[in-house]
Amino acid sequence: MKQCKDLKIVAVEHPNDGYVLLKLTDAEQLPAIHAGQFVEIKVENSPQTFLRRPISVNFVDENRNELWLLIQVVGEGTRHLANLQLGDTLNVLFPLGNGFSQGVAGDKVLLIGGGVGIAPLLEYAKQLKQVGATPYLLLGGRSANNLLQLDIFRQFGEVYVTTEDGSMGEKGFVTNSSILQLFNSSTSPHRGGNAQRAEGVSFSRISCCGPKPMMMAVAKWAKEHQVKCEVSLENLMACGLGACLCCVEKTVKGNVCVCKEGPVFDIEELTWS
Amino acid sequence: MADIRTTIAGLQMVNPVMTASGTFGYGLEFADLVDLSQIGGIIMKGTTLNPREGNDYPRMAETACGMLNCVGLQNKGVDYFCGHIYPQVKDIPSNMIVNVSGSSPEDYAACAARINELDKIPAIELNISCPNVKQGGMAFGVTTEGASQVVRAVREAYDKTLIVKLSPNVTSIADIARSVEDAGADAVSLINTLMGMAIDIEKRKPRLSINTGGLSGPAVKPVAVRCVWQVAKAVKIPVIGLGGIMNAEDAIEFFMAGASAIEIGTGNFIDPAISVKVAQGISDWLDRHHYESIHDIVGII
Repeated sequence: MKQCKDLKIVAVEHPNDGYVLLKLTDAEQLPAIHAGQFVEIKVENSPQTFLRRPISVNFVDENRNELWLLIQVVGEGTRHLANLQLGDTLNVLFPLGNGFSQGVAGDKVLLIGGGVGIAPLLEYAKQLKQVGATPYLLLGGRSANNLLQLDIFRQFGEVYVTTEDGSMGEKGFVTNSSILQLFNSSTSPHRGGNAQRAEGVSFSRISCCGPKPMMMAVAKWAKEHQVKCEVSLENLMACGLGACLCCVEKTVKGNVCVCKEGPVFDIEELTWS
Repeated sequence: MADIRTTIAGLQMVNPVMTASGTFGYGLEFADLVDLSQIGGIIMKGTTLNPREGNDYPRMAETACGMLNCVGLQNKGVDYFCGHIYPQVKDIPSNMIVNVSGSSPEDYAACAARINELDKIPAIELNISCPNVKQGGMAFGVTTEGASQVVRAVREAYDKTLIVKLSPNVTSIADIARSVEDAGADAVSLINTLMGMAIDIEKRKPRLSINTGGLSGPAVKPVAVRCVWQVAKAVKIPVIGLGGIMNAEDAIEFFMAGASAIEIGTGNFIDPAISVKVAQGISDWLDRHHYESIHDIVGII
């Protein structure tokens, strides 16, 4: 059941200048949240920020009854969120949308994230591990500054990293990663570095969240290699509830609301060419 | 406690707060978040005779104190509404009102005739003011001839409460209001969105797929209050006011300008329970100022 309520901020962490990690809690038990679902945050005292801001759920700490939001500071609204203090409250409409596919024991799922799009993959990796599936994480960023929470990611699965500037992991885009190259030619005699560890893996599915060009490249790769693939879209939204019809994506079923029918879509449903 | 029950052209409402078409889905989307029985009326998403895919993405741009949209009346058509949506909404304990749109007077009338058959739909709101469709919509709402032509056609096909939603994108909204009153409207609602535009200067492109869209939110409220004031002085039928209402004080302005009821639109996106909070706030304001009834402040300006 959806809720709209004030949650209390119990931690504000600034991993670097570009991000803020907000940890929220409530006196009541937080509702069940499916990895890939999102929240809509009301940004108070920010005249230029009229609409709520959709933010993916980064992590749910059930023991502490905490909901984590990892936010990249990009405009006035997110700058405001970055200035929130311990003890402040945040009005949150949640949980919204449908999440990633629920895994089953034995699944080997490759989670590919780009930039702040890696945020929801942390909760997903956790949920996959909980059901006995094996998540593999391929995380890309412009530079090492964009790759956060790697230690926590490693608790749930093997982590492979690419950066555009080469400041961490392999240099290039996620689609250049050796983990994909390995998949591409599993009999290749030359297997170096990271790739060796993933030797022989064939993925049940790819789940992807990041900038649209990256997701389109991943979708193309998945189609070429006949791997099931789902992507999490972040179209501009107003209501978050499927009422205003602003955030639509063209699908084989016509225009559908990303906020309600998504944000996660099987690439077969989309009309990406 | 002040009496905020209201009757608009035969529609009995628990309070004078309705939700505006296109901002509240079919009510169902908000059922977890607000007690729908405490909303005076729910005006559902615009419905047309035939299904419409709407405009391409992007359809929305946030602007200072508001937003632009160019959704373009995406809906699955009146048959789908009657067959699939009506069964889900017919028992919602509020006035469930269908917003009807079309591209010719015959279209509007045929769509209205289908809705006329539905027992639990006590009224329609005729949209002659959508700025986001090429054919019809606002084209009818910007001339007195066009407006009265559509309203006359629908009036013949529809015998329950007929509300006509007016566009502010006109020279004299009072003239349009008079023409729809003469053509048989039972009430008017105003304003629909103001036509606007926003440009992404880095991409050197309009921010909306069809270049222009409808502006809503607090940015339009002074325009809306002015329109309501002018129209309320021009017609005898009830006026329903909307445009940027975000709290009870905003709503009170509309009542004083001459509205007998109000609609909340864009505000639903900020707070899904805003309608009920505004209704409570109106009651509290009347109490604080020793008014016994909402009717005591309607049109006092």
